[in-house]
Amino acid sequence: MNSDKVLDAKGLACPMPIVKTKKAINELNVGDVLEVHATDKGAKADLRAWAKSGGHDLLQDTEEDGVLKFWIKKG
Amino acid sequence: MKLITAKEAAEKVLSKEPLFILDVRNQDAFGDWKIEGFHIEHLNVPYFDLIEGVEEIVDKIPKDKDLLVVCAKQGSSEMVAEMLDEAGFEDVLVLQGGMRAWSEYLKPVKIGDLSNGGSIYQFVRVGKGCLSYFIESDGEALIVDSSRSVDSYIGFAKEKNITIKHVVDTHLHADHISGGRLLREKTEAVYHLPPKDAEEVQFAYEPLEEGKDLQVGGATVRVQSIYSPGHTIGSTSLIVDDKYLLTGDTLFVESIGRPDLAGKAGDWADNLRNTLYNTYEQLNDELIVLPAHFSNTSELGDNGAVQAKLGDLFEKNDGLNMDEETFRKAVSENLPPQPNAYQEIRQTNMGKISPEANEQSEMEIGPNRCAIHG
Repeated sequence: MNSDKVLDAKGLACPMPIVKTKKAINELNVGDVLEVHATDKGAKADLRAWAKSGGHDLLQDTEEDGVLKFWIKKG
Repeated sequence: MKLITAKEAAEKVLSKEPLFILDVRNQDAFGDWKIEGFHIEHLNVPYFDLIEGVEEIVDKIPKDKDLLVVCAKQGSSEMVAEMLDEAGFEDVLVLQGGMRAWSEYLKPVKIGDLSNGGSIYQFVRVGKGCLSYFIESDGEALIVDSSRSVDSYIGFAKEKNITIKHVVDTHLHADHISGGRLLREKTEAVYHLPPKDAEEVQFAYEPLEEGKDLQVGGATVRVQSIYSPGHTIGSTSLIVDDKYLLTGDTLFVESIGRPDLAGKAGDWADNLRNTLYNTYEQLNDELIVLPAHFSNTSELGDNGAVQAKLGDLFEKNDGLNMDEETFRKAVSENLPPQPNAYQEIRQTNMGKISPEANEQSEMEIGPNRCAIHG
């Protein structure tokens, strides 16, 4: 999936993946897609809930070899 | 800001101190499972809604109560606690290790003495509602339904100069990972399992069977096995010293076990009925029931222990007072959700998969959910 920006949050523990995601998305335009890579398992449920409460769209998420990837469209 | 351990938090909860908990996990996680107690007030606001600041919640937090901030693992609650600190809250407490540590903490409570010397302790896993037992006499111990945090039992034994000789699981657990094999590795204890629950296990074990009593401390304490199928087909209860009835997940203080966690509710409902209404009915009413779980803090007694007389349960426990039709419905329809990752937990307990310690604690997150309330 295409993205406008990639954020590497691998190796970071909660709350940093979301703190960084929030910062990164603030710098994007509405409709842009941010790709986030993380290894903290808790990020999965939290990113989903955060995107929902912030009006963003979690387009897709995958998990491969312990790396979680998310594609979030700025709302 | 001050970190407090799960042990200190449990002491606050069990001593019924008023406590205000700011839980900063996401709403689903909070809705699923939280710290419960007698005088606890909760506020749930996810940490990701507080990254910009805590202004929106400062008016919702009372200043005359202890304030404890909790999250899944600790990091997010520290972030929020620091902001609260800056906003003028003094002595904000943070749960060290978060809900993961809360889930794993075990509190030993003495239940009573045994007739020929020795005693029986209940290890209360306050966060998850699991109960395990440490029966000791004459320098030897038998552990029943061990949790995965086996260092608690090993440390306790060491303190009292006791050798752990046996570890028993009353059934193949679906809600938590058994410490049985780990205890066997670390202490050379013999690991006993009911053979009917162990048909698929990938390791050697000693069969736990009715008619084959266990002894603790030479021959001072007798542990008698009673086959009591229903929650699982192998479930076996233990009568310790003719006084205590360890019911596993068959009978709890306010509820009964569910027969569906191995996918066979219909098949095992009759077994469960027979165990509760015939096998247990014929036992001495004076026996003290010691179950493997509790669901509500109302089941905790004054000292934090969970126990009840069998005769009293036949009067008060709804699950023991249903006609056959109501019973069948109660144990096979509208059952509560299953415990988190219960299939993977069963596979782990059978030795079919071997997740890393981190994964194991993720699998065990949440309440035990082994009971049906009538």
